[in-house]
Amino acid sequence: MSGGAVGSYDYRHYPYHRPVELDRGGQGRCPVLIVGAGPVGLAAAIDLAQQGIASIVVDDNDVVSVGSRAICWSKRTLEIFDRLGVGERMVAKGVTWRVGRVYHRDRELYRFDLLPEGGHKMPAFINLQQYYAEEYLIDRAMELADRVDLRWRHRLAGIEQSGTGVTATIDTADGQYRVTADWLIAADGARSTVRSLLGLPFEGTTFEEKFLIVDVRIDADYPSDRRFWFQPEFDPSQSVLIHRQPDNVFRIDFQLGWDADVERERDPERAMARVRRVVGPGVHCEFEWCSVYTFRCARLERFTSGRVIFAGDSAHVVSPFGARGGNGGIQDVDNLCWKLAAVLRKEAPPALLDSYDSERRHGADENILNSRRTTTFMTPKTAVERQLRDGVLALAPDFPFARALVNSGRLSRPCDLRGFSGFAADDGSIAGPLLPGMPCDDAPVRAGDGSAGWLLDHLGGAPTVLAFAASPQEVDGIGRCAAASDIAGLRVVVISEEARPCPGMTVLSDRAGLVGARYGGASGVTYLIRPDQHVLGRWRGIDPQALGHAWRRCLGTEAA
Amino acid sequence: MNALQRTDGFRGRGDEVYERLVAAHRGLSDEQSGALNARLVLLLANQVGDADVVTAAIAAARASLGLADGAAPREE
Ligand SMILES: Cc1cc2nc3c(=O)[nH]c(=O)nc-3n(C[C@H](O)[C@H](O)[C@H](O)COP(=O)(O)OP(=O)(O)OC[C@H]3O[C@@H](n4cnc5c(N)ncnc54)[C@H](O)[C@@H]3O)c2cc1C
Repeated sequence: MSGGAVGSYDYRHYPYHRPVELDRGGQGRCPVLIVGAGPVGLAAAIDLAQQGIASIVVDDNDVVSVGSRAICWSKRTLEIFDRLGVGERMVAKGVTWRVGRVYHRDRELYRFDLLPEGGHKMPAFINLQQYYAEEYLIDRAMELADRVDLRWRHRLAGIEQSGTGVTATIDTADGQYRVTADWLIAADGARSTVRSLLGLPFEGTTFEEKFLIVDVRIDADYPSDRRFWFQPEFDPSQSVLIHRQPDNVFRIDFQLGWDADVERERDPERAMARVRRVVGPGVHCEFEWCSVYTFRCARLERFTSGRVIFAGDSAHVVSPFGARGGNGGIQDVDNLCWKLAAVLRKEAPPALLDSYDSERRHGADENILNSRRTTTFMTPKTAVERQLRDGVLALAPDFPFARALVNSGRLSRPCDLRGFSGFAADDGSIAGPLLPGMPCDDAPVRAGDGSAGWLLDHLGGAPTVLAFAASPQEVDGIGRCAAASDIAGLRVVVISEEARPCPGMTVLSDRAGLVGARYGGASGVTYLIRPDQHVLGRWRGIDPQALGHAWRRCLGTEAA
Repeated sequence: MNALQRTDGFRGRGDEVYERLVAAHRGLSDEQSGALNARLVLLLANQVGDADVVTAAIAAARASLGLADGAAPREE
């Protein structure tokens, strides 16, 4: 296999294969066609495959992301990646961090700690270049090759919809073919071909600012903390942001100003001169990659259009401050795939996908709101705006309220879906903070074979009953009630005094007392959890009817 | 939404407060005055603490200039 290095990463070219359709009259069929093998398309293919759904993934390219692009992966994303089988590998390679430090000129204004509490499998954030994330996802997809058909250098060129399917025209070096899919996932990025073929407007705001983004290898033991300077003394930029990545590669973002000359700033030598001013003299550093970006916030009005579903950058884009692009896209996948699988298995009507549209538009709006606030703070547009911004920076050392206003990026948070239809109403009888709509919290558990593990390992991918039992009799009772709820594919997880192997269910113990604390757990407390690890409902006592009703209402097969 | 206080809140020391506001700008360039006002607004808004009251104050100030509400974030 041929390849080529960009900096320290060796890009391999994934092999192109002549499509079988060309020998079968130029036509093919599949349940799901995914356009784009970026992080979002790959994650969707894996998630669907894990739920038993086959897909074809086409990508017009044959290498992973050129340049580091998305580097900050949030705890929630890592939990999703863990469910998809790549989380541990990402964490092992990535640089774990949780502290951000913010400076004005040469003075540190404050630090923030993103995860002060322990007892979670996944860290607050890791930094890992997008090319590694994609490489690991591709490896995982290839393990699932019986259900994931990855096709490199296959370009989507046309699209036609009918009431029952989507027919895509795909170009390859050997000619054109057509595939008809029940559903098409457009994961083809910010410049989405699917979006333009359907003529859908992608409206939003351009952030009038240019950023130089440089990856550089530095032989120095710099801290892993995220460091952000407003008006640094060492560079004429408006701001500088540094993140540490694996392999001693550092990502440095320079805020150049709207009038910056893109061609000039893109010159590696000029970029390295800036880098040297950051790292100081005498430190050896080597250029890896750089690019100049202008960012914008935009989203589609709807994330579904007939049988075409948009996910990731094709549906929404934000500025990278806050790391909400890639992380938002992975949460799209998490929200979408179990619903699409349920529709394809005919367990739910296609209308279930409307909840993907509304829930993820909410997620995108939250990301856009935060991104807009950060960019407003970073780029004052008038003299008065600058006076307000500089006022905040000047007051920050002495006034905690002003420190809280300093905005260098509000980092990606898990999406809270409280209040959306489809979640059960809460009767207030349980003390724990996890209300219906919220994503589940992790906690340490012990399994029946004595091994130490994590609660979230037991919750994703299927509807799950999580219940607390005080005695072996209660455990058996929970098993009987869950079976009587008549929920297809239901998984049962019981937290009990003692973990033990138990047919048809998983009995865990609460090895640090944190499941109880985080879930208000006590004998009889029962949660029903969606396959994407969001709380669907919770009750005191276990009632098969209530469970079955809540699940069918969520799927849309039963009225409220 | 919490209402903006319209009655005299200075408890007899209004003239003094006004004099201090004016005096604080004495001898400053327009730019320094602007910066001073910005910091005062931030400190006082935090002291008020209630986002609804701050929003109502912004609306009242704009209305006195004959401007529309403008308190909602701008959609560019
Ligand atoms: C400088 C920078 C820094 C960033 N930092 C972060 C960060 O720290 N954290 C974070 O979460 N996000 C970050 N992001 C955002 C992140 O990179 C994107 O959100 C992410 O790549 C979106 O993934 P995607 O799979 O939706 O799209 P993409 O990664 O763009 O993938 C789309 C794929 O579709 C393929 N394609 C396009 N058209 C066709 C076609 N017609 N036929 C077939 N295939 C096609 C493309 O070749 C590509 O492989 C950053 C982005 C940039 C630019």
